Amino acid sequence: MMNTISDVPPALAPGFDQPVFDSIKVFRVVADAMAHPGEIKRIDARPPAPAQLMPAAAALCLTLLDFETVLWTQNPHSAVSEYLRFHCGCPVTQTPSQAAFAWIDSTMNMPPLSAFIAGDPEYPDRSTTLLIQVKSLSNASGVRLFGPGIRESIYLDVAGIPAAYWRELQASRAAFPCGIDIVFIWGERIAALPRTTQVVM
Amino acid sequence: MAATETVEGYNFAYLDEHTKRMIRRAILKAIAIPGYQVPFGSREMPLPYGWGTGGIQVTAAVIGPDDVLKVIDQGSDDTTNAVNIRRFFARTTGVKTTERTLEATIIQTRHRIPETPLRDGQILVYQVPIPEMLRWLEPREAETRKMHALSEYGAMHVKLYEDIARHGYIAATYDYPVIVNERYLMRPSPIPKFDNPKMHMNPALQLFGAGREKRIYAVPPYTAVRSLDFEDHPFETQHWDHACELCGAADSFLDEVIMDDRGTRMFVCSDSEYCLSRREKQQPAVA
Repeated sequence: MMNTISDVPPALAPGFDQPVFDSIKVFRVVADAMAHPGEIKRIDARPPAPAQLMPAAAALCLTLLDFETVLWTQNPHSAVSEYLRFHCGCPVTQTPSQAAFAWIDSTMNMPPLSAFIAGDPEYPDRSTTLLIQVKSLSNASGVRLFGPGIRESIYLDVAGIPAAYWRELQASRAAFPCGIDIVFIWGERIAALPRTTQVVM
Repeated sequence: MAATETVEGYNFAYLDEHTKRMIRRAILKAIAIPGYQVPFGSREMPLPYGWGTGGIQVTAAVIGPDDVLKVIDQGSDDTTNAVNIRRFFARTTGVKTTERTLEATIIQTRHRIPETPLRDGQILVYQVPIPEMLRWLEPREAETRKMHALSEYGAMHVKLYEDIARHGYIAATYDYPVIVNERYLMRPSPIPKFDNPKMHMNPALQLFGAGREKRIYAVPPYTAVRSLDFEDHPFETQHWDHACELCGAADSFLDEVIMDDRGTRMFVCSDSEYCLSRREKQQPAVA
């Protein structure tokens, strides 16, 4: 088959400007978010990335993924897969139950939590971390969160997360220490929901 | 504190970026499962096991150029281990170091929690020799793992009960077992049990690194940490009939120092920075 102009891939976006210093900055924000569930935090590093990846999602992927982490993506975007394969070297899977990380770019038709790995009681750390891109985040209202890292309680409103998803999350807490850890992403902002966080609707 | 010259030829904070990423992922899982020991690929460090290689790897993975680092060993900023580790990071990162608990953003510690209360946003990194609380009761890793999976901690209670049967009280004074978030039995590293209550609902993030045993675990801020005890033998911390003879503190952990060969002894704060800052407040001119 003859190559045509359209087969030439668009130029790959570069990753972090300063990989060492950008990734520690991003890690500290996500660790802070995990340690303070529900609190909305801002990631300053904005690596150039394909449009489908929100800035914080791109920053998190460049910080946390490498050849040891299998990534599942909800919708196949060849630009995103190519970008992450090149910069992170991560294997990309079609099967959610193989994923260490999952990138979800649309809250419409998300797979249920049960599609991912919750770990087993002897190795609960071998579980999927979900990176879910959403339309907005707010601490003004929404579901009420309790648990380690939260002094009393905190509200978190995540646009586009259906009530059924929150209910599945609530029910999954009975399986602790097994569970799924979630980072919600809105533009440059993130809010984390580790498996210890109790959700009250 | 004056910055030591940084060394050429090493990555920022010594470790390579892939190792840091692996440790960072382990730390995130450790925060998500408080008290659970996450296995990680511990690296050879330029100092021997037992000198804090776990704590150093954790610090290396979380430290950034804007951090201010404090390192303590048995509460003191100027013992060999603390001086070496502080210099290691000053040379491999160029970060500012301090002895002031309040100024530090990251505090690496061996065997103490500072007396000055920590604040939200600070990170306390513990050097852990043996992370498994059940190890001296059950040598097999497969068994202890199952015991944690099932929250089967009866053996630990029996051990504490044997203390009561033999001595009339729980004789353990350090490395005293705790339950984190009412789920995992956790070894607090060899801190005196005096420090155990400070772990409970602490606003700082507490990270634990065991290099030889290749485990990382964590206590997130505002997390319940309960020392194991019995209704009729409640948990108690040490207390002294003395106050610190240098600063007069009656609320701090005291070291007994032998002064001569005729048995003269002196009780002083183990936390040298706490003691010094109290003395400075008392006599600003002398400091």
